Amino acid sequence: MTELTDLTVAEAQDGLAKGEFSSKELTEAHILSMEKFRGLNAFITETPERALEDAEASDKRRANNETGPLEGLPIAIKDLFCTKGIQSTASSKMLKGFIPTYESTVTSNMKADGIVMLGKTNLDEFAMGSSNETSYFGPVVNPWKRLSDERPLVPGGSSGGSAAAVGARLCLAATGTDTGGSIRQPAAFCGVVGMKPTYGRCSRWGVVAFASSLDQAGPITRTVRDAAIILQSMAGLDLKDTTSSDVPIPNFQSLIGQDIKGLKIGVPREYKIDGTDPEILDLWEQGIRWLKDAGAEAVEISLPRTKYALPAYYIIAPAEASSNLARYDGLRYGLRAEGKSLAEVYENTRAAGFGSEVRRRILMGTYVLSAGYYDAYYLKAQKVRKLISEEFATAFEQVDAILTPSVPSAAFAHEEKDDDLLGMYLNDVMTVPASLAGLPGISVPAGLSSDGLPLGLQIITKAFDEETLFRVADVLEQSASFEARPDLRV
Amino acid sequence: MSVDKSTVSRIAQLARIKVSEEDLEVLADELSKIVGWVEQLDEVNTEGVPPMSSTVENIILRQRDDVVTDGDCKSDILENASQTDRGYFVVPKVIE
Amino acid sequence: MYVCFADTGCDDGGQGRRVTLNDTSNMVEGRSGDWEVVIGLEVHAQVIANAKLFSGANTSFGAEPNEQVSLIDAAMPGMLPVINKKAIEQAVRTGLGIKAQINRVSVFDRKNYFYPDLPQGYQISQFSDPIVGKGEILIELENGQSRTVGITRIHLEQDAGKSIHDMDPASTYVDLNRSGVPLMEIVSEPDLRSASEAAAYLSKLRAILRYLGTCDGNMEQGSLRCDANVSVRKPGKELGTRCEIKNVNSIRYVSQAIEYEARRQVEIIEGGGTIKQETRLFDSNKGVTRSMRSKEEAHDYRYFPDPDLLPVHLSEEFIDEIRSNLPELPDEKKRRFINDLELSEYDAGVLVAERAIAEFFEEAAKGRDAKAVASWITGDLFGHLNKEGLDILDCPVLPSQIGALVGLISDGTISGRTARDVFSEMWSSRKDPAKIVEEKGLKQVSDLTALESAIDEVIAAGSAQVAQFKSGNEKVIGWFVGQVMQATKGQANPKMVNEILREKLKE
Ligand SMILES: [Mg+2]
Ligand SMILES: [Zn+2]
Repeated sequence: MTELTDLTVAEAQDGLAKGEFSSKELTEAHILSMEKFRGLNAFITETPERALEDAEASDKRRANNETGPLEGLPIAIKDLFCTKGIQSTASSKMLKGFIPTYESTVTSNMKADGIVMLGKTNLDEFAMGSSNETSYFGPVVNPWKRLSDERPLVPGGSSGGSAAAVGARLCLAATGTDTGGSIRQPAAFCGVVGMKPTYGRCSRWGVVAFASSLDQAGPITRTVRDAAIILQSMAGLDLKDTTSSDVPIPNFQSLIGQDIKGLKIGVPREYKIDGTDPEILDLWEQGIRWLKDAGAEAVEISLPRTKYALPAYYIIAPAEASSNLARYDGLRYGLRAEGKSLAEVYENTRAAGFGSEVRRRILMGTYVLSAGYYDAYYLKAQKVRKLISEEFATAFEQVDAILTPSVPSAAFAHEEKDDDLLGMYLNDVMTVPASLAGLPGISVPAGLSSDGLPLGLQIITKAFDEETLFRVADVLEQSASFEARPDLRV
Repeated sequence: MSVDKSTVSRIAQLARIKVSEEDLEVLADELSKIVGWVEQLDEVNTEGVPPMSSTVENIILRQRDDVVTDGDCKSDILENASQTDRGYFVVPKVIE
Repeated sequence: MYVCFADTGCDDGGQGRRVTLNDTSNMVEGRSGDWEVVIGLEVHAQVIANAKLFSGANTSFGAEPNEQVSLIDAAMPGMLPVINKKAIEQAVRTGLGIKAQINRVSVFDRKNYFYPDLPQGYQISQFSDPIVGKGEILIELENGQSRTVGITRIHLEQDAGKSIHDMDPASTYVDLNRSGVPLMEIVSEPDLRSASEAAAYLSKLRAILRYLGTCDGNMEQGSLRCDANVSVRKPGKELGTRCEIKNVNSIRYVSQAIEYEARRQVEIIEGGGTIKQETRLFDSNKGVTRSMRSKEEAHDYRYFPDPDLLPVHLSEEFIDEIRSNLPELPDEKKRRFINDLELSEYDAGVLVAERAIAEFFEEAAKGRDAKAVASWITGDLFGHLNKEGLDILDCPVLPSQIGALVGLISDGTISGRTARDVFSEMWSSRKDPAKIVEEKGLKQVSDLTALESAIDEVIAAGSAQVAQFKSGNEKVIGWFVGQVMQATKGQANPKMVNEILREKLKE
């Protein structure tokens, strides 16, 4: 029998249903892995005792035939989701020790469906970053290493802890959040599946906000089917979130195993971005061939304003963040620094509580919203956002899905991009456009670089067409049959 | 447009983040770089394009009924505060 | 303390509508001649609603600290606003009540600033696209004329919490019960020209809000708060630099603050100085305004559309539904009182000025002589209320009792003179007038035989006066009436007495 930690979500559901193992056994196996690979720093808070209690309770429910859709599955939660009674930090010193008295809607949904929560995973501070190096709780180590050197690599970000934990088999699946690529990019770096649903599919209530018009929760898993299973539980209308959608939710898993004959797959020429790793471009070509072999038709399309998505994003997201993070003032919760006056307390608290990337983005956001600059930057970016969104809409009159690389490079080493602010931002160049348009996107591991690192391909579909997304992603996954796994040594 | 030290100082004040003199320099440099980079948006003709602030802007804003359903949770509200007294949040004196 | 730092509406730098006035009674006299005062008011009116603007927490007044605060009102991480539909309805109702444009699409913006009683670090308000656009309010001036004051806009916004600075020498105490309470900010054009016009405007606005049921207008509890933008200029010249006086909490104080501020500005300018645009507070103890901030920091609120909220779209049906259920407002009511009930302009004006009074009157006048009811209310009833410092809502006499009293006069049961005594008795005993008349035997004698015999006795005893009458002195009839009334202890029907007397004396 395979190790319990190697199971997919679907397999684990099967094994639990057949009584091959209990949730407690499954959970214990994962807790053991978490301990063993604690060096990856994938978790900020581990909750093993609670997990075991939950697992035992789950086993009891199963004995009583009261099983939920995710009954007994050990899952990790990104520490951006507020969890009742459990420290929720957003990876910030500001929220160290913050214990919510409430539970986010998404994690509530999952708990109601029977999950066992293993702990809270590490991330970039307030989800701002693409390497997980901005975490107050230290960087996460990618379970993968290059063939050519032993240097620890970043897992990507911001959901780096979740992606690393799933890749390293510390949990069956994890939640992530994606604002500009924070699920898809780390998934690509860690050789796992990362899915960002349509904006509005999952409630944002109880998720620490970064950029409200972009933030969207989604699953990180080892298979496309698993992503479908987990999303089913996460998604749903929430009356507490006005931007959450009441569009009917299909049975996502039913899309797995269908064919894609006759589907038109758009290949946007503008994603051949300068500086993209040639191996990734090759993999993209390969991906097109795989989909064609499966009966789809490849259509070259043009999304001419793609290159403007990233600069527009780096105006809009910091602008929203500068306002969303104003509540962290030390007065009602979180860190409070000393100061001789209220003004000093504010300024010292926010200087001490926020790390350098968060401070930089708050200042950038404050700048683009400030008097005299609003029109030139913020309003301009929103107009460009509109154009980008319209471009996608036009493209989807022609095609059913779009295939692109997920990230222009494979995972890089820690501190490798420290001096390259804009270089770091470029990590999201292929994921940000869909984010701006609110479209669903999924990164599927599709191959290894010559240096032994996983590479991902991204599928994007129209808003609320996760059906096509899962259909194509599943076929891509089958074709790629990515079976490599990180060589983990303690 | 480059962002100078006095601008950084002004926005840091607006954002209530203390920035040391040395950091002003560094931030001015970094923000100038970012601002210079985002200014490539000027190449895009956006005449007559409406600004987009939400991807769900065509759906109807859901509204709640005027019913008291919440708010009787003083202990939850004060739970994580660093200083409270007699049910109030206590903060450093505001000097007008 | 609630502080709305920005001017979202009145920032037109003096491009507001010009009002030309012929009379100069409003002018402030300076050494260099007359100065015209230009005033625009921003009123924050608490919307009558059970729950807050964006949360389900209670809005009622007087709870213990932080007992009406949801996680949303405290801005806990990850909290999201969901709008209360009642607030939207109330804003639309108010807009329709001032004949304003209702914007079919409006947008909630964030106004960013830091203050301990502003948990989010921003106030959700409406900046460029308010729910209500231009409207107007008719005000009555002291000289009996009336004038239209323009309303620039009404927008919805959240109230802040309360900071208490005197509970501890080193700390400020924060209560978030008010945090998120729905407010309408009602911004007038700079159309007002004197403190008394400002007071008239506020009274009228408050009356309209109360008629509409959209704000209780209680200034002491902070349900209605006023900021006044005041500047002075030479008549016909460009507008001067204005100062904003914040948070004045009674109509009288608004008057006083404006009077003081206008004079202060005139004195500065005439002394060769210039007015600095600033925010000032009114000190009601000293009756002066003073600069609010020692260090004038530049405000930059960085307004932008709140990404947590979609634009508000209003359908025609929604607006029509509210329109068709609007109550009769003071101006229409006044017209009806004059045209249909034949009240005097003055009585009608007085009766409609307050919704509670108008309702009292209409209740009392049901099926009665409306003019008589009006004069009872504006006369004896107001007299008693004023004397005891009571509000109409605390009036010990019920509207139906006033109606009954007028009824007793109309049907001849009692005389007008007796009625005044009955009214006094009603006030103190709260008894029905009929009961008082009954108990005290005040019923007017209208029985012909009884009256005739009383009159016969008086005539028989007053031969001298009879002679005077017959020789042409008709005035002497007053003496006979007096005698008859005395004889009947004031209960004789004076009209009948008069008629019978004349007949008998002419015999
Ligand atoms: Mg204002
Ligand atoms: Zn206001």
